[in-house]
Order: sequence, then structure tokens, then C-alpha cells
Amino acid sequence: MTLERDTGYQAVVWNEPIIYKLGHKERRGQIIPKVEKEIKEAVGDVLSEIPAEMLRKNITLPELTEVEVARHYIRLSQQILGFDTSINISQGTCTMKYSSKLNERLALYDSRVADAHPLQDEETIQGILEIAYNLKKMLMELSGMADFSFTPRGGTQGVFANAIIIREYHKRNGELDKRTETITTAYSHPCNSGAPATAGFKVITLYPDPETGCPDVEALKSVVSERTAGLMMTDPYDTGVFDPNIKEYIKIIHEVGGLFAWDSANANSILGWVRPRDVGADLMQYNLHKTFSAPHGSYGPASGPVGVSEELKDFLPVPVVEYDGERERYYLDYDRPYTIGKLAGFFGTIPCILKAYSWLRSMGKENIKQVAEIAMLNNNYLLKKILEVPGVSLPYSERYPYRLEQARISLQKLKEDTGVGTDDVNRRIVDYGIVSYWTSHHPLIVPEPVTPEPTEAFSREDIEKFVDAFRNISKEAYTDPEIVLTAPHNCPIHQIDPTPLSDPEKLAMTWRAYKKKYLKDRS
Amino acid sequence: MSTHPYMPNSVPKIKEEMYREIGISGVEELIRKLVPEDIIFHGELSLPEAISELELKRHLESVLSKNKITEDLSVFLGAGSYPHFVPSLCDEIYSRSEFATAYVGDVYGDYGKFQALFEFQSMVGDLLEMDVVSLPTYDGVSAAGEAARIPTRVTGRKEILVPKIINQEKISTIENYVELLADVKLVDYDPETGQLDIEDLKEKISSETAGVFIENPSYLGVIETQTKEIGEIVHDHGAIFVVGVNDPLSLGVLSAPGDYGADVVYAEGQPLGLHMGCGGISLGVLACRDEPTLVEVMPQLFLSVTKTAREGELGFSWFALPERMMYVAREKCRSFVGTSAGLHAIVAGVYLSLMGPQGIRELAELIMYRSHYAIKKISQLGEIKAPVFKGSHFEEFTVNFTNTGKTVKEINKALLEHGIQGGKDLSREFPELGNTALYCVTELHTKEDLDKLVSALEEVI
Repeated sequence: MTLERDTGYQAVVWNEPIIYKLGHKERRGQIIPKVEKEIKEAVGDVLSEIPAEMLRKNITLPELTEVEVARHYIRLSQQILGFDTSINISQGTCTMKYSSKLNERLALYDSRVADAHPLQDEETIQGILEIAYNLKKMLMELSGMADFSFTPRGGTQGVFANAIIIREYHKRNGELDKRTETITTAYSHPCNSGAPATAGFKVITLYPDPETGCPDVEALKSVVSERTAGLMMTDPYDTGVFDPNIKEYIKIIHEVGGLFAWDSANANSILGWVRPRDVGADLMQYNLHKTFSAPHGSYGPASGPVGVSEELKDFLPVPVVEYDGERERYYLDYDRPYTIGKLAGFFGTIPCILKAYSWLRSMGKENIKQVAEIAMLNNNYLLKKILEVPGVSLPYSERYPYRLEQARISLQKLKEDTGVGTDDVNRRIVDYGIVSYWTSHHPLIVPEPVTPEPTEAFSREDIEKFVDAFRNISKEAYTDPEIVLTAPHNCPIHQIDPTPLSDPEKLAMTWRAYKKKYLKDRS
Repeated sequence: MSTHPYMPNSVPKIKEEMYREIGISGVEELIRKLVPEDIIFHGELSLPEAISELELKRHLESVLSKNKITEDLSVFLGAGSYPHFVPSLCDEIYSRSEFATAYVGDVYGDYGKFQALFEFQSMVGDLLEMDVVSLPTYDGVSAAGEAARIPTRVTGRKEILVPKIINQEKISTIENYVELLADVKLVDYDPETGQLDIEDLKEKISSETAGVFIENPSYLGVIETQTKEIGEIVHDHGAIFVVGVNDPLSLGVLSAPGDYGADVVYAEGQPLGLHMGCGGISLGVLACRDEPTLVEVMPQLFLSVTKTAREGELGFSWFALPERMMYVAREKCRSFVGTSAGLHAIVAGVYLSLMGPQGIRELAELIMYRSHYAIKKISQLGEIKAPVFKGSHFEEFTVNFTNTGKTVKEINKALLEHGIQGGKDLSREFPELGNTALYCVTELHTKEDLDKLVSALEEVI
């Protein structure tokens, strides 16, 4: 095969200017309704009561017609490799899956969802409350938990809610003064460190045994004490390994009076196969924007409903959606005596809730376990194929030749052999029309990491195309590494210069800052 | 098991071939290689059976028909989620699946996403007159929680002063975010104007104070006009001046926080082209002055402009201080925030570019005329006091029903019969205000709607 930069794919390159360079003074994208004459006459000059120094003098926004704004954003959208355009197997740990267009239409264009106000009388939002309540019941069934609150607006905020519940639980027991530590594992999502730290805990991280990829049970025993507030961890890990000791960990934590919070962001491959409460977890969260199909929306919206055992029901963030059989009415329950209160406004990311409910109803009882099955099957099929590519290896493969829904593979050999590392491959893969991949969360344990996740939403053909791209890039690395090292070549922009980004003086987080720093514009 | 439209490999023959390829007989063998037997769930899930898209659509529509909104209900609620007109182009871009289904792809594949998010940061910066705007957080309430952690990090002090007039959801959130880090103290309001009580601020602020919050307009709709003075008092004590903006559309008429010395700004961005979605559609905005001490402790990710290998080409990249972000710093992070509200930020950019400076100004004026008309008419109803405070208001205002002898709950029930959803009941949050409700009037409410509200109120009191 002849190696060349041409991969058969070419991104749309619009060279679309920054929006501030478009438009013209006095153009407008909206006509604002006129103030009624009668109103003006009735109230006089409303601005006159505001002191002059509090009145806005000048606003420096761009001035564009609707036509120009539409074209600008449509062009930008054409320079994105989202799930619907590209093979998103790349985005491991993210559980990229298809979001049905029915759900999208209902959530945005159905005025009964889109234009409802959260503080409306409960009688007028019974439909939304019913959907949220029935989703809660399904999440309870899938997890074994006794109750769920939808308040957290993302997976990591769900983990934060868990940390706050742990804090409140020990406070109620009069033990918060001494229970100052939470424990996590290095392969757990970093929010299992970040969220409890934000809640004020000291965090202890258990590192994996180099052979097994999981911490040793003895290691946990050696760090638990009367200072332990809880263990917060992800299972399965981003390595696709299910930590088999989890039951033992839970026992150890409970023995010292701590709580166990199961970060279920990676639940896709155990959905219907493992129920966190049955295994002994006290708290957990699901990510509706991952496992339950709500799309990721260019980094959100998201939803991380928090689930708890019977014992912790009163601690849930309020409100919790409930049903009153007598009145035959759904309602928002604020009466949770030990509630941690609020972490965000109102009662949850309603569009995500609607989409998750709809996805579960479409899948139904007969397909839920198949979601997990195909996620596992796809992943092991991908692993079999990708491990045939020169330079690719799978750490811990002796112990765990098979993986759940994802795996953290390594390009260390490729790097040693060719000088081409994972960051280079990650730029080059975009030249194949595949969105860049997730390398690894921190700490970086697997060298030169790649974390693909071929969820049930990908076809065998998608998997093969993804592996083909790796095979080609590997060949390029061994024969003409410059192609990879100087990539990308077929993208809207060229390799970026990372240097200014480490110097705060050179940062420009807004166009106005850019103009001041680079164009010396002080206007 | 049947083939499902969302699962291309659910065709039995494909599965069989793939299992053969990996040398496994089927799912029962595969799961047992991966999960210990005593952890596997052996029961049967009690879930509804799968249904077709047609059945699902009919089911969802039938459930949602139990909601009553817009066509048959006139809503006068704000308090964190604001009814505003959403231009069709905002919905169009919201529903572009390229934006909606993208995630954490890097700049080479997702260049359009990066540019749109940078433009969001830039246009919000213009509206706030702030040079640094981060990627969004979840909503205005959690943005207040995040903002409350900043002053302690900058000053090392452990006391935050927050106005007493603030949404109780925000107080609860702020306390959750700063417990074990800082103490929260409330600053009283002037009972006449509803603005901050400057004397109380002077009494409470000290060399222990890390930061002082104000909100403008306030939670109860009052425009704070003592901003310059407050800012000076805060800075004289070496504290951080944090300004919350409840509805950024107010900045079409009001001075921007950057103009009166704000160090940090948080806001609810939902009014910028987003539907309310029953409170589920939100956009937490965080901004600060362009000073390294502040930028370093800001909790969120930013995008910055950068250069590329091609001369003159503009690139965008994450500005990641490794010691700040949870993904890298883990327990040493400034914030745990992960996936938040990217799509909503992009749509806010669409909205701001559609509105432009003229649109924002005219819209804010229209809102003020409409709300003042409502205030005037309602206050003419003998037994109702509107607003409770003498200060100027933007779109929200208090309506006191104490003299009617009826509770807000009773009034609102009665209004529902007229197809009107009255304001938020404040009797629990602010018992000292008696039977008071918080009303919100925007460009969606025409003179006709307001007259209807007034005559309905007249009837129910």
C-alpha cells in the first residue's frame, strides 16, 4: 500500500471567521416588539428612576442579520464530529450512544415540556412529574436502591451529592469531627477524589496492583480506621475491568462505620446484570446522559440522579418526586428530615429525564440486558481486532483477557518503535473522519493510553473501520512517521501551538481580551 | 430477544459470528469471565416491555397532555427560570445533531464546537464587561456555589457575606459548597428600598471577610444602585466582590458588573435563548477579571485562543492549569464539575449574536415598561401592595396580599381558575414579608395579558 496523507476523508474547511468579524453596524437579527402606546402613557419614562451611573452606556456585541447568524452556526456545526456524523467509539468512558429523534423533538419542540415553569402548580405539570416518577421507579429496579433524587445536574455533581450525604450522615451521628477521610481507587473517575475533597474530606487513593489492575484488599484494610467516612469508587473501571473485590471492600468499609458510594457512570455493561444495592452499596448515581442515551450536547446538559438505600432516604437532596395514591397525584416531596438541601436549582435536568425514560421504554425489559451484552461483545470484538495492530497492547491482559464495555489499551510499543505516541495518533485519527479519542483519566498509569468504548449503538462495520484507521496509522508510524507527527492534515485547522496556553499572560478567554493582548485594541 | 433499531449488532446472526470470533459461546459465559458469580443479579427485572416508536410517541403525548402550559395558562413566575421568547434559530441550532451529539472530542475534529464555545465566552464577556468567562457550569444556583469558593482561595480568609435577599436554594447550595471551608453570614436589606443595608455591611465586613456577594437585580427584583459604594467598601477590606446577575437581559439597561468593580460574576444564562424546560434547561455563567490570582482559582475549564502551525490561523484550546481541573488534579482540584451545559452555552451565543446591542437594549426596555405597567395596575387594587419595596425593579417584583386576608396559596389556586399561574409564594422564605408573592413580567406578557391578570386579581382578592 502506498502511504499518503489522503485518507479518503476531508473535513469541511470553511475558514469561518470569528463572529466579531462578521456583520455590519446597525444590522439586526431580531425585531423587538414595540412597547404599547397605552403602557408608555401609563408609566412614563421607566428608565428615569434609575440613577444615571447605573444605566448601561455601551454594549459591544456583534451586529448581524438572522441570515448571517444562521449561516455562521450551521457552518460551525459542519466542523464537528458528533455521534450522528462520526464513529464515536473513540470517546471511551463517555458511553456515546444513539439518542432517538423522537426524544429530541419532544424535549425541545413540545411546548408542554419546553415551556413549563418548574414552580407551576403541581396540578399543571402532572405529565412531567409522572414521567420523572416512573423513571425513578425503573432506576430503583435496575439498581436495587430504595429511592432516587434527580437534583444533580451531572454525573460528577451526583458524586458530589454522594459526598455531601456521607458528610451529613456522619454529622447526624455526631462523628464528622473524627470521620475526615474518604477513600477511592486510582482507576475510579477523578471526581471520586475531587467531589469529596470539595466537600472537605481528605482523600486517600489506593493504587492498583501491577498484575491485577485492582487494589489489594489488604491495601484497603491498611488505610481504613475510625477516620474513614466512606469509600467512593467506580466499578467497572475505565480499564474495562470489574473490580472483583468490591463486595469485600464494602464489608470492610461497613465494619469501620463508613458508607460505600458506587459511582455508576460506567454502568452500561452491567445494566440488568449487577444491582449496586444488592452488592451492598449505600449510595450511587447513574449518568442519564451516558447509559440512558440522553446526548452529551457538546459537554452537557447532563443528569446524575443520586440513589440511596432505605436508611439514607431522608438525606436525599430535595425535592424528590413522589406519588400520592390517595389523591392520585404526583408531587414534589420536600419533607426529608435530614436532607442535604440543594446543589442546583429546582428538580433536575428535565430533558435528560424525559429522554432516559423514553429510551428505557423503547428498550423494555427484553432488551436491557442485551444493551449490556452487546456493549461487552462489541468491546471484546474490538479488542481482538485492535490487538492485532502492530504497536498496540493491552495491560493486565494475562489476568483479564476479556473486558466489559471499554478498555485502556497502550501504544507504548508503537512509541518505542517509531517515536509516534498516543497524542500524535490522536491527531492523525481525525484525518480519517473519526473524532479524537479519550486517552485516560489521571493518574496516568497505562503508558500512551487509548480508551475506546464501542457501545451497543455501534455496528460491526463501525468497529472494523475504527480498527482499520489504527492499522493504517500504525503502518504510517512504522514507515513514514512524519505523516503522523505533523498531523492533522485533513482537518479544519492545523496543529496548534500549545506554548501560549501555559502562560497566563498570553491567555485570551474572550475576544475582548484577545484584542487587548494581541491587537493592542483598548477600545 | 429481537433486533432493536438502536442496536445494529442485535441481529442474532451477527452476534453469533462475533461470539465465534472472540471464542466465547454466549453472554452467560462472557459475563462470568468478567463479573464474580455472587455479584451477578439472577432475578428477573420488573420493567415494562419494549414498545415501538409509534406506541411510545402516543404514550408520551398522552402523559404530557396532563401538563397545562402556555396556550391555556399565563405564567408569571421567574425566581431562577425565566419565561422569555426563544427565537426559532436558537431552537434550530439547539437541535443540530452535530452540536447535540458531540462530546469531548478535541479541536481538530470538533473545531466548530470550540469556536462556538469561545464565542459564547466572548459575547457573555461583552454583556458582563468581564475579560474572562469560563465554560459554563450547571445553572445559576450551582454557579453561586462555585463562586463562593473563590474568595477563600484568593484571600485565605474564611468568611463569606451574602445578601439576606437571595433565593434559599442558593443559600443551601452555597452552604453545601463551602461547608468546612468558610462561614456564610447574611447581610440585611433596607426594609424600605429592598437594597443592601450598607450600615449592616459595614458592621459585618472585617479583615476576616473573604468575599461579599450582591445580586443585581436582586432575587426579589430590586435594582441595586449602591454598587459602586459597595464595591469600594469590599475592596477597602481586601475582599473579593462577587456579583450575581439573576437575569442577564437586565444588562440591556443596567450597568454591567465589570463597570462597577466586580471581581467575580455568576449568572443564570437560561434567559439567553433557552426554554425553561420545567427548570431543567439552565446555564451557569462564571466570569472574573483578567488577573492571574483570580484566573488561577476559577473552578471551571476555559477555552483560549491560540496559534496553529499555519501563520494567521486561529486555534482554540483548553486552558488547563493541571493543578486546577478535577480530571487531572483529582483531590487537589478547584472544582469537581464535569459535563455541564455546553450546548446551552452555544445556544446562548446564537441568541446574543441575534440580539446584538440594539436588540438587548430594546428588549430590556420593553420588559421594564411591561413590568412597570403591571406594578402600576396591580398596586391600584386597593388591598394589594406592589411592590413591597420602593427601589426600582427590572422584571420581577413583590406583591403583598396580607391586607386581603388571603394567603398566596389561596390566591394562586383561585388564579388558576382564570388560566393564570400567579407568582412564587415567598411566605416561607421571607416570613417577615407576610403573604407576599414574587411576580415576573417579561416581553411574553402583552398589555392584554397584564390587564387580564389585574382583573383576575381583582376578582380573587
